[in-house]
Amino acid sequence: MIILGIETSCDETAAALVRDDRVILADVVLSQLDEHRPYGGVVPEIAARAHLDHIDRLVAEAFRRAGLELQAVDAVAATCGPGLIGGVIVGAMTGKAIAAVTGKPFIAVNHLEGHALTARLTHGLEFPYLLLLVSGGHCQLLEVRGVGDYARLGSTIDDAAGEAFDKVAKMLGLGYPGGPAVQKAAERGDAARFSLPRPLKGKPGCDFSFSGLKNAVRLLIQEQENLSAQDRCDVAAAFQLAVADSIAGRSAKALRAFAARHGGARSLVVAGGVAANSLLRQRLGRLAAEEGFTLVAPPLALCTDNAAMIAWAGLERFRLGQSDGLDFAPRPRWPLDPAAPRLPGAGVKA
Amino acid sequence: MGMAESKTTYCVALADEAATARLAARLAPLARPGDVIALEGDLGTGKTSFARAFVRALTHAAEEVPSPTFTLAQLYECDTGTIWHFDLYRLEKPDDALELGIEEAFADGISLIEWPERLGPWLPRQRLALRLSATADGGRRAELAAVGQQWRQRLKESFGE
Repeated sequence: MIILGIETSCDETAAALVRDDRVILADVVLSQLDEHRPYGGVVPEIAARAHLDHIDRLVAEAFRRAGLELQAVDAVAATCGPGLIGGVIVGAMTGKAIAAVTGKPFIAVNHLEGHALTARLTHGLEFPYLLLLVSGGHCQLLEVRGVGDYARLGSTIDDAAGEAFDKVAKMLGLGYPGGPAVQKAAERGDAARFSLPRPLKGKPGCDFSFSGLKNAVRLLIQEQENLSAQDRCDVAAAFQLAVADSIAGRSAKALRAFAARHGGARSLVVAGGVAANSLLRQRLGRLAAEEGFTLVAPPLALCTDNAAMIAWAGLERFRLGQSDGLDFAPRPRWPLDPAAPRLPGAGVKA
Repeated sequence: MGMAESKTTYCVALADEAATARLAARLAPLARPGDVIALEGDLGTGKTSFARAFVRALTHAAEEVPSPTFTLAQLYECDTGTIWHFDLYRLEKPDDALELGIEEAFADGISLIEWPERLGPWLPRQRLALRLSATADGGRRAELAAVGQQWRQRLKESFGE
């Protein structure tokens, strides 16, 4: 079984072909951060028009790399939400058009479900497992029980973790993207010199918050007169430590809640661009070991936005006999766990 | 101020985030379709907190209002129409905003715009400019300015003596 996957829900335009024996036949991503991008020209910083400019070529390139004809696919999967609606429409319409032309079924994939099921593509992981998704747009803990069966244990009540990294990097004048820039500066910094808050520490539940931490960094920078290069590194180190501590602290609660519900082998999967942060990885590795979990980290290229995960999520649903009509309407907001409680005082993401 | 722009400014001291939310709840019922509220201010001065409280005042108290930095725009339905919450922090060129549907938003939506200066020439002439800044005591200060006629009377009725 071979599935075509299409992803256009944010900055990345991507197409991939994935087979049911967990082989990625082709995986093409056009990223604005890719210095070696094969196509040049406009990159999709703002979705719709730029996605439209590239998606046909990317799909064709995926088939070329896999050495396959359009008719070789069993179904077509495209991200249909959540995300920036203009971009999502481009990918969804492309997918529907290919499905219509080839006469193959269409599968509308939730972008978050792509992230949630990636560990099954990369590691063949069995259900259930715990997923920590930390990226520029998301920060959430999900219990992954089965295809289409998710329980959100916690989510950010304000900013996503990657967003906090980007904004702190900006305040420190460290450049973009913020994650690698902060990590690099932090390596030369003394995390103990400044003390920053650990958001929501001691509070019940598994939600995250980074807005207050961002503000604390702002105030800290303001207090310093003439921020030296060393000051910047020290602030970066203190911030990175606070984020890692905070994520690990909130995750610990989720691990315990998960362990109380499920016996047997237990895995913590980390996904999203922020999972590339080595201090965070180290913290989560230690936490997982302490709590009797195995830490599973798919390769970064499959942790950030990509189409292989969309093809795989489509494949998982197609195997269960699921597909969608060509009239499926893209959804700007599409929670994986619609039953998740809304928390007063929280602006929970996705 | 440019000669063509007429401005009236009111200042409000905001002791904490709850005070920012109260200001948003006070302004929200004044909003009409086609309104633009430009939320100015540095990182961490409470623009998103203001927008969250504004959206909740017009929808319901537990509405999930995430920071739109990543998605650039989030839409909410309310009795007055559609609320468009924009965060243009990542916008590189003013023209890119056209991709986000600003023309539709400005026509009959209620637009809350973080980092409005990124709109350049696309920033509507008629707007409520709300500038948030941090004060030395850890609080915030809000400066409300009616840019153009549309907000002037409304501000005068609600904030004038």
